[in-house]
Amino acid sequence: MTGDREKRMAMDEQLVLDGNAAGGLLAAAYGADVTSWRGRCVHCGTISVVATLRVYVGGPGTVLRCPVCAGVVIRIAETPTGLRLDERGMAELGPGR
Amino acid sequence: MGERFVTRGFVGRRDAPGAGGDLRARTPPGQYLTSDFPVLSAGPTPRTDLDRWSFRIEGLVDRPIEWTWDEFLALPARDWVVDISCVTKWTHLDMRWRGVSVDTLLEGVELDPAAAFVIAWCDGDYTTNLPLADVLNGQAFVAYEYDGAPLRPEHGGPARLVVPARYFWKSAKWIRGFRIQAADEPGFWESLGYHNRGDQWLEERYSGD
Repeated sequence: MTGDREKRMAMDEQLVLDGNAAGGLLAAAYGADVTSWRGRCVHCGTISVVATLRVYVGGPGTVLRCPVCAGVVIRIAETPTGLRLDERGMAELGPGR
Repeated sequence: MGERFVTRGFVGRRDAPGAGGDLRARTPPGQYLTSDFPVLSAGPTPRTDLDRWSFRIEGLVDRPIEWTWDEFLALPARDWVVDISCVTKWTHLDMRWRGVSVDTLLEGVELDPAAAFVIAWCDGDYTTNLPLADVLNGQAFVAYEYDGAPLRPEHGGPARLVVPARYFWKSAKWIRGFRIQAADEPGFWESLGYHNRGDQWLEERYSGD
């Protein structure tokens, strides 16, 4: 189901923002401003700065995707019991090396 | 598909007394009514060519089945007028769709006796999970028209699942198939704190609700 990578993915949606748009939410999740942090997309290997990720907001949660392959790298949901963070799509996330 | 799946509800809450009926009675708790069709996406809109599109049912079935786009359009379809509620709190009454019931799709396979859950999978790597019992007996359909026109890509076209009795994240856009399983498997939002079932009448928004 995930192998159909050759499908064309439009990256020009009106709801697409860059990683800075999720900066506040990310800061709440990580306890620090991480927009300048880097990480490696586990889907395609591209190393990106968080601020350059594609951000999709307005759904049930916020989804950050790789700017190259559009793979999901970070997901955040705000629930009554706190923020839920899934960063499994972003390896070696941390301050710039 | 056996007798053990029973109808747990009916789509659309058609108990309201006509167009002039009590709109509030048709609005689940915590929701507001809208006549808009908001676009909320977890990612870019996939653009899958129809000549490469297919719908596949796999997993705990005697033999997987797959329809091309033309074959899918040739399946028995019907019009559906249903009320839709999104967990982001909008409810849109009497949304008009055309599509194929999940019952019709599952007539194409023989389910293993252990089959209990449907994992809907989609272009864009989205998934959502539903008990089989929640999608049978006319409770769910795969839509390819909305309001008399082909379903637009931003709304999930060419085809999306529609499960009116659940919050709209269960109505997976850009659906490409069902994986039938014995075990449940939380989907894209269900695995991130959203409710596993998502019944809008019980306000099952988050896990623990």
